[in-house]
Amino acid sequence: MKKCGAEIFVECLLKEGVDAIFGHPGGVVLKIYDVLLDAPFRHFLMRHEQSAVHAADGYARATGKPGVCLATSGPGATNCVTGLVTANMDSIPILVFTGQVPTTVIGNDAFQEADIFGITMPCVKHSYVVRRVEELARTIKEAFYIAQSGKPGPVLVDIPKDVSQAETEFTYPREVKLRGYAPTYAGHSGQIRRAAKALALAKRPVLYVGGGTVSSNASPELLELAELTHIPVTTTLLGLGSFPERHELSMGMLGMHGTYWANMSMCEGDLIFAVGARFDDRVTGRLDAFASQAETIIHIDIDPSSIGKNVRTDIPIVGDVKTVLRALIDELKSLKKDWQGDHHEWLQMIAAWAVQHPLKYQQGEEAVKGQYVIETISKLAPDDAIITTGVGQHQMWAAQFYKFRHPRSFLTSGGLGTMGYCLPASIGAQVAFPNRMVIGVDGDGSFQMTSHELATAVQYQLPLKIVILNNYYLGMVKQWQELFYNKRYSHSYLGTIPDYVKLAEAYGATGFRATKPHEVLPTLQRAFQTPGPVVAEVVIDSEEKVYPMVPAGAALREMVLA
Amino acid sequence: MRAREAPGQSNDDKGVRQHIISVLVENRVGVLARVAGLFTGRGFNIESLAVAETEDPTLSRMTIVTGGDARIIEQVTKQLNKLIDVIKVVDLSGEHFVERELMLVKVRAEPEQRAEVLRITDIFRGNIIDVSPKAYVIEVTGDADKIRAFIDLVKPIGVLEIVRTGPVALSRGNKAIS
Repeated sequence: MKKCGAEIFVECLLKEGVDAIFGHPGGVVLKIYDVLLDAPFRHFLMRHEQSAVHAADGYARATGKPGVCLATSGPGATNCVTGLVTANMDSIPILVFTGQVPTTVIGNDAFQEADIFGITMPCVKHSYVVRRVEELARTIKEAFYIAQSGKPGPVLVDIPKDVSQAETEFTYPREVKLRGYAPTYAGHSGQIRRAAKALALAKRPVLYVGGGTVSSNASPELLELAELTHIPVTTTLLGLGSFPERHELSMGMLGMHGTYWANMSMCEGDLIFAVGARFDDRVTGRLDAFASQAETIIHIDIDPSSIGKNVRTDIPIVGDVKTVLRALIDELKSLKKDWQGDHHEWLQMIAAWAVQHPLKYQQGEEAVKGQYVIETISKLAPDDAIITTGVGQHQMWAAQFYKFRHPRSFLTSGGLGTMGYCLPASIGAQVAFPNRMVIGVDGDGSFQMTSHELATAVQYQLPLKIVILNNYYLGMVKQWQELFYNKRYSHSYLGTIPDYVKLAEAYGATGFRATKPHEVLPTLQRAFQTPGPVVAEVVIDSEEKVYPMVPAGAALREMVLA
Repeated sequence: MRAREAPGQSNDDKGVRQHIISVLVENRVGVLARVAGLFTGRGFNIESLAVAETEDPTLSRMTIVTGGDARIIEQVTKQLNKLIDVIKVVDLSGEHFVERELMLVKVRAEPEQRAEVLRITDIFRGNIIDVSPKAYVIEVTGDADKIRAFIDLVKPIGVLEIVRTGPVALSRGNKAIS
């Protein structure tokens, strides 16, 4: 039966199991929006297309399903770029549908025309411009497949106005055939055997776990592996939650602002086992000094280009983390090694480092410390809470002091470090899980970048709880200016504008403020128990810094401690 | 990896070598831009690039000459393979291969030099494809050494303009890239 492009678009989304999309209408997508009005899935009207993409991103991180967003051409499409790059850097599966001017005027500098395909080419996993309505269904099916498979990533589909209006017979292809795309899931069995043998011999091994473990839903296998072998675990920012942080083998986060003992274990370990992590510069510090004691580096990654990119790898295993770990565990068990009491000395060494230099701060009577707010949230939050953050000091404190228990519970912009991510990502997560508590930990600088999305939260009565750690500064910038630029605070002071309580109320949300340490617990308790969207501003000490810190250009070992 | 060394040109002791990479791609809009963009975006160098349809009209072959040490070439190959539109990547420099390039040279040919230009063209089995009172346009086909040698010989006479296609290459033997 004949359908127009807009109807095909909606049908395809339904076939892909989409239950919510985030978007903002405009001229060239009016036909799509007209059909959308009767669609069975929900559409959430965001106030800026950047937020539509962040919301789709937050939805995807929280659920593991692809997030979907829709924008119009020209400025609508260009507003998506930041969100796209954010998702691309962290390998998040999202579909970004943009309207485009009619095919007859493409390239003519038409009204609201932008070559979004060209603009986003370097920052998507793949992209399409649909030039004929006959191609639309197959394109959408391919796009969904590409976004979710292999190493996930964002896919952009540009749909010209005339294509959305043209009619054709609609058939949804049963399968996708891409000659140039065949991700490897099963690891090479020979490599897996080598890895098992190396693990069995190592005296001071470290499990270095990244976002790939979350993408692969491999937490059960990771736990089984760690408990079988007694190997201590450290995670990257994006790996937080993949291993329960209260577990005795958990060392917390590593890297530029990682714990002292996690970083020292990487410096002193004789075997580094990278699981779905990419040896990013925030983790390695100066490369020529990285992992200097490691005799063996094992690396599981579904992206072959990540292996050997920054750091030499001895046992590379291209494959899906979950699949490979399962095979590895079987191999390890077949070795019939007695792992009991293994690495005892190594674990004691790590425990000693943790005692020597724990994460610490002084919570006095006068000024609230950001770290204290995070610890309070960690105590109050229900077991299945989802935490989102912006970027900066508050983000690092959240990573350090919140005790993560489950994967897909910490949504944060790692690779790109996008301020303004928190509120729209919280919206995406809340839409995905209406009955779980979503707590957005934000900074005053970051919050102001997308605060207008409070309107969206209120319009749809999404009961998210935003806690703003307000130090009146761009905190992380100020920290660097203090440590490396002679305390010359160039344009990092935001001041006391706006009044966040009044701002929240202006949007129809509830606002709370705490300014003294004894107010923090009761204020947050009330905030979390208040129905509907809530903003709780906590005024914190701007002198406080994030420690440990590995300065830029320094080796991982050269941490600056409090 | 066997390097494609040019005579009279020593390779950098950091292992930087020239490589000819043959890339089989989908013959679709935007593929060339994506591949070229990948090189610039990641800071890889494109010394030359030739692309056209193959025996299968849905496929194109790109022949890219790029330089770098072993690690860079490994990254170039892996990043290219990541692209959905890229079907196969072969670093021909690591195998036995044949390579040809086409060049058109506009050579100054004043009356005293015309005979010499003709002689050189003959020796190189080139073709004169344009004649004018003071210049010849000569077409020369060959591998990089032959092209370079021809340029060196006509330079003293006077080169007005040169255009080159960059090399295209295929592996020797009966295996096909696809």
